Amino acid sequence: MRETDPRSIAGKLPAPDRHVPLVVVGAGAAGVAAAIEAARAGVEVVLIDEHPVDNDMMAMDVPLCFGQRMDGSVRNRALMLERVVETNPELASAHEAGVDVQLGTYVWGAFVNGPAVQELPVPMLGLADDRRSWLLGYDRLIIATGARDVLLGFPGWERAGTLGAGGATALLTRYRALAARRLVVLGSGALGLHTAEVALEHGVEVAGVVEVGPQVRGDSATAKTLATRGVPFFTSHTIKAARGRTGEIESVVIVGVDRDGTPIAGSEREIACDAVCWAIGMVPNVELLHLVGARLRFVSSLGGFVPDVDARMGTSVPTVFAAGDCVGFHDAVLGDPEIARAQGRLAGRIAAESLGARVEVGAGRGVPATQTATAEVHTYWRAWLDSLIAAGGWDVNICQCEEVTRRELVETKPPRYLKWQSPQMSARTVTTLLRDGPLNQDQIKRLTRAGMGPCQSRRCREQVGLLLAQAAGTTIDRIPLPTFRPPIRPLPLNVLWPADEPAAMREEWVSWFGIPTQFSPHWTAGMAIDEPTAHARLIMSDE
Amino acid sequence: MADMASTHGAAVVIVGGGVTGLSTGWWLARAGVDVLVLEKGIVGWEASGRNGGGATHVYSPFGLEEQRLWPQMDELLGYPTEYQPYRIGVALSEAQLALARRWAEIGETRGFRWQLLDRRQLKELVPIVGDNAIGGTYLHFGGHANPQRTVQAYAWALQDHGGRILQHTTVTGLSQRGGRVTAVETTRGAFSADVVVIAAGPQTGAFAEMLGVWLPLAPARVEMIATEPIPLMHVGGVAGNGLYGRQTLRGNLVYGGGPHEWINVPDMATPEHANTPLVRNLARRLAELLPGAAHVRLIRSWSGLVENTPDGLPVVERLAQPENVVIATMSSVGFGLSPAVGRAVSELVRHDRCQFADLGALALGRFGDTPRDWRERAGWTASSSAVEAASAGDD
Repeated sequence: MRETDPRSIAGKLPAPDRHVPLVVVGAGAAGVAAAIEAARAGVEVVLIDEHPVDNDMMAMDVPLCFGQRMDGSVRNRALMLERVVETNPELASAHEAGVDVQLGTYVWGAFVNGPAVQELPVPMLGLADDRRSWLLGYDRLIIATGARDVLLGFPGWERAGTLGAGGATALLTRYRALAARRLVVLGSGALGLHTAEVALEHGVEVAGVVEVGPQVRGDSATAKTLATRGVPFFTSHTIKAARGRTGEIESVVIVGVDRDGTPIAGSEREIACDAVCWAIGMVPNVELLHLVGARLRFVSSLGGFVPDVDARMGTSVPTVFAAGDCVGFHDAVLGDPEIARAQGRLAGRIAAESLGARVEVGAGRGVPATQTATAEVHTYWRAWLDSLIAAGGWDVNICQCEEVTRRELVETKPPRYLKWQSPQMSARTVTTLLRDGPLNQDQIKRLTRAGMGPCQSRRCREQVGLLLAQAAGTTIDRIPLPTFRPPIRPLPLNVLWPADEPAAMREEWVSWFGIPTQFSPHWTAGMAIDEPTAHARLIMSDE
Repeated sequence: MADMASTHGAAVVIVGGGVTGLSTGWWLARAGVDVLVLEKGIVGWEASGRNGGGATHVYSPFGLEEQRLWPQMDELLGYPTEYQPYRIGVALSEAQLALARRWAEIGETRGFRWQLLDRRQLKELVPIVGDNAIGGTYLHFGGHANPQRTVQAYAWALQDHGGRILQHTTVTGLSQRGGRVTAVETTRGAFSADVVVIAAGPQTGAFAEMLGVWLPLAPARVEMIATEPIPLMHVGGVAGNGLYGRQTLRGNLVYGGGPHEWINVPDMATPEHANTPLVRNLARRLAELLPGAAHVRLIRSWSGLVENTPDGLPVVERLAQPENVVIATMSSVGFGLSPAVGRAVSELVRHDRCQFADLGALALGRFGDTPRDWRERAGWTASSSAVEAASAGDD
């Protein structure tokens, strides 16, 4: 007969507010296709998407790097909701297919039982809007969370106007709320050219496409068309600084570089612009996959850490599937949304079948394109980073939230606000840390605070990884993935808190274990130990 | 690597690079003792580096030494610990005020000063408390530090004094001969030792068992949350409403508390950390404690694994048999006391006795009659469903 410790968590974790057979996270091409497929097979599906994201979240560059270039309309929630629906016609199809579509809803946590947690009644997601949070239980989960921006720092990048391709595109196409008229694009691969095209289509001038390599990386016909529309291309160039009299970007300075990224003296050129957009790649959003315990592996050509998925889009967790950009981001999927849709449909079908639904396989339903990407993106990102260091030096912030420079990172300096100096500390660097074992990004985060701010390392994760790999004389795939913990969206305490708690949660709440003798003064009788059964009663008694 | 390992040992080998083992190693190294710390992962990676950072344990036999040492630790170590003095207890009810007063009065018994605060005084010191606070206590003793920075400071300072740390090295056995442990066996070979210190947190009990010593320990998982930074308060050590924690020098509010989960730790492996929806209840408690910060964003949560003895008190003892082994488990309250405990363990290693505190009450002998199924009797076990799942897996 098992006793229960009333101060333990046993029986206190609530059942989810709602339970559905299938939850799809992310209403991009893959997510919507998955939801529709499963719904048509008769499965009850909830499709969740965080867009429209509220203004405060956008201001923190979450989930994409919006670079403070949102116009005032993003504060109008109703209008934004309207636009997000209007610009994603597939949402209407999902609604018609019977999918319960929940927009403006953040997924901030996933909770599953495992070796260290065994008290959850069912697997569940933590959800929230801008007012409250709740829990949603599921039998099957399809993760289609897309990809996020990759940013690298240069002097002045803290100014309003430094965006990522994802943030810029979302503001242009989904929110129609980009507060910029003249854009410089960094990167000339498919993503850079695509970003320039989208900008032009929406009436934003493209003041230049900058490429660190000697040639335009993307499709030459596309580049040619852009050039004929007046877009200047600056190959063998890097960005040296962003300038402005206030906190806003008013121009950028670019500089020519030679083959190894070294700036060429006298080649600086200042370009007037109000925004500069990193478009050198995107990283699969694997936070949720990590939280549910799906196995991840590093594949540079897919953008970094990606889930191990089988031919049926199943992850290593039997109840969890993944589809779309979060499975791997590369030029082919950027160019052809049908790949994501096919992955989504397959995930939706397999998930539905696993729930016992009978699925008719329609004609012409392609099997998802296999991940054939081969281009190693991290080598390219490294080339950019090398050029930025050569042009801008080591004393440039890589972490904006915590104001940590490249130098402070690789020298493992304690944060500036501690004003700490000692000869011992000065002698410590990433190199000395390496003598104790392989580098761990989480350990260095804690020491330097790089990546510990409210943007939850969205703006610095890749540069921190690249710099640590460089300092360690290794490659980025050897630097372990830093952990993700809920909330994976920065949400206020008074949004996350539960409106009510189980009575036992409140009544039995103690700050630490509630063992009566644990904090008894050692000079009192509280220290005395009774024979064990009496002691067991003591443990069970009230304080 | 194996060659190096098999031919190397140390005068003192410490099993476990948590805060207790690291502090012990540092005290020994600064006394000129040849010391080697073996850590299965990264130093201070478990509860040692992810706790509330409190350093206010005057009830403990190590309490006075804790209070004496903390203000000197930055200087002694040569690295920052972010130690900050004083604590403020906020009470939202008469029961909470009585509890806060009890902590204060225990300090007073030991000669420390404290003040009872009415609501107005409390609000002056902590402007973000709300009208729901009825008063509090201001302890002119105690304090808190940054656990992550402190564990690294111990590790680095230990190395500065010539001590060695081997990370990613799992201890697999203890070789005994002639009533002594002669070597510590690891995944990187065996390390000979004159004296062995076992400070392996939740795994300490399993090592004790290898030596035929009964040390009842129950591992549990606890959770904490951290907010984005807010402007610094006069005193960062503000706690109450069933929460422990602090405001960091960066400004983040970092708090834990509430129900723990008893778990099983098979095969000395540390399970992957994970959080539960309890983070929402922690958020609620924190917003109640500091309503002026209710709008502040939560940006992180984490969990840690701690161990408890049946009475929640440490075991710090040099064994009678084998006589060259010291066991140190702090029963889930190790961080704040670490400067003093490390010193005590180093004295047990060097002199067979602790010269500054009476450790009699922390001896293993008190568990001599504790039955093997004490965890079941106390309900300190993993959930029954988990037990069923585990036994089903055995079939």
